[in-house]
Amino acid sequence: MRITQGTFSFLPDLSDEQIERQVQYALDNGWPVSLEYTDDPHPRNGYWEMCGLPMFDIRDAAPIMDAVRQARDDHPNTYLKLNAYDARYGRQTTALSFIVQRPADEPGFHVERQGSHDRQQRYTIARNAALIPIGTRDRS
Amino acid sequence: MATTVPTAGERNRFDAGVAPYAEMGYYDADYVPKDTDVLCAFRVTPQEGVDPIEAAAAVAGESSTATWTVVWTDRLTAHEHYQAKAYRVDPIPGTPGQYMAYIAYDLDLFEEGSIANLTSSIIGNVFGFKALKALRLEDMHIPTQYVKTFQGPAHGIVMEREYLNKFGRPLLGATVKPKLGLSARNYGRVVYEALRGGLDFTKDDENINSQPFMRWRDRFLFCMEAVTRAEAASGEIKGHYMNVTAADMESMYERAEFAKEIGSVIVMIDLTVGYTAMQSMAKWARRNGVILHLHRAGHSTYTRQKTHGVSFRVIAKWCRLIGVDHVHAGTVVGKLEGDPRTTAGYYDTLRENFVPLDPSKGIYFDQGWASMPGVMPVASGGIHAGQMHQLLHLLGEDVVLQFGGGTIGHPDGIAAGAIANRVALEAMVLARNEGRDYLGNGPAILEDAAKSCAPLARALDLWKDISFNYESTDTPDAVATPSY
Repeated sequence: MRITQGTFSFLPDLSDEQIERQVQYALDNGWPVSLEYTDDPHPRNGYWEMCGLPMFDIRDAAPIMDAVRQARDDHPNTYLKLNAYDARYGRQTTALSFIVQRPADEPGFHVERQGSHDRQQRYTIARNAALIPIGTRDRS
Repeated sequence: MATTVPTAGERNRFDAGVAPYAEMGYYDADYVPKDTDVLCAFRVTPQEGVDPIEAAAAVAGESSTATWTVVWTDRLTAHEHYQAKAYRVDPIPGTPGQYMAYIAYDLDLFEEGSIANLTSSIIGNVFGFKALKALRLEDMHIPTQYVKTFQGPAHGIVMEREYLNKFGRPLLGATVKPKLGLSARNYGRVVYEALRGGLDFTKDDENINSQPFMRWRDRFLFCMEAVTRAEAASGEIKGHYMNVTAADMESMYERAEFAKEIGSVIVMIDLTVGYTAMQSMAKWARRNGVILHLHRAGHSTYTRQKTHGVSFRVIAKWCRLIGVDHVHAGTVVGKLEGDPRTTAGYYDTLRENFVPLDPSKGIYFDQGWASMPGVMPVASGGIHAGQMHQLLHLLGEDVVLQFGGGTIGHPDGIAAGAIANRVALEAMVLARNEGRDYLGNGPAILEDAAKSCAPLARALDLWKDISFNYESTDTPDAVATPSY
């Protein structure tokens, strides 16, 4: 299955040229860009692993694209997303976030159920991929 | 300014009988509003022969301390402090017989954090006053000191986005259709198809509560099954606005608690429940971490006509103070009333931290929000994928675009309709961010995106000629406006 988190997941995967134009948009708005990767893209996983700090003082899209390519080399076959952060008073949150690398095979999720009273179900959205102990999974 | 010492031939303020409101201190052209005053702009249409200043003073009087005759008991109070004061009355250009009256109210007139109390004063008796043909509350300035006594949105736009893990684009929703008659199981099917197709939210309609054909509890259970399965299928967080509107607060709490227990991220209420019930539900939503959606059912009975009632920009302001997270605020291009500039004024009122006076948007006062979080506006009613460039341009990014018919009416099915909307949206955001003239080239951008998305191609073909071009009834006085 194709996970559709992120701003552009319903479009065909963006080319590096398209990604660069989005990076430029972020920089033009004064939004620092950061990269995060994971092999656990559960919808409630708010903390993917950071590829270093947000690139606060970089004004040019080219070095950020170098960082994207480096992150793909460092963490192949994972989900990698590019975030732009709006630190303005009143926002102080992510402004744009989209996936720039997916694993070759996306195992996805299934619903686990626990029967309960009065026709209620207790749901868990569980990963289809085998569990790898946290802290080791990203060193593969 | 009122004096209790009469000069020869003048009437004493406290002589028994009927005195003009303007002479009783309800009009004061020299009054300089205090920072702490609540200010109102009323569109006043006096009866023939009624002086506009007297009419404005009457509005000030009847919405604060006055009654129709002089009462000696005023003398037991610091009455000048409690009297509202009309301080400015302007003829409205181009509309003979109408005047804009500006009235200041001391903060002491209002209970802290109570919209019921605020509205009982400001729109309580005065709208039926016989000396006026018509009266409309156009705008209201709430001083910061009063703003800070209200809870505000249970979560607000920023928290909602972080909660849902959705950034950089408008959210997408759809109201389940037909509005009435589906069984709970069939209803949940619509929810599942729309959410797995690509929408973020589906929605109960305002009049779906708990009828014989579908009781609330059955609907909630089937909808939660649909939501959960769609989340697993997409890896995204999804929601269905479960309408907990009911006949009494006990039932609303019961339904909301159940929605929370089975895992819904959002519940919904209708404006028809009343301001006090809305405030109670806002407190509940904050306490329980559930997003609160408000459908503005019934508002057009008093917001739409330009000469009488309450402008929706005022209702929007009250809704933000009350503390809902979502409120329907118009589409401009869809089937329901919505002049573009006027609608922009509603959106600003809901979303911005400071909204400056701007007559071209119908905004009569500066309004600061003192960091109170924004409310996510919802655009719903007769919109479709082919209008995506206009919607993004007019309504911006922090908005829920709801395509009910535009999703469920897709000839290839509900999921196909949802895919078409989501692809159209993402393609338009991508183009905008790339700096393209997405408004001018909207149709071309959509056609391009449709090349790799058959459902979008089908939607564009089906709805390409649909638009709702009627003249708006509620428009700003300041400028002529384009219609979309």
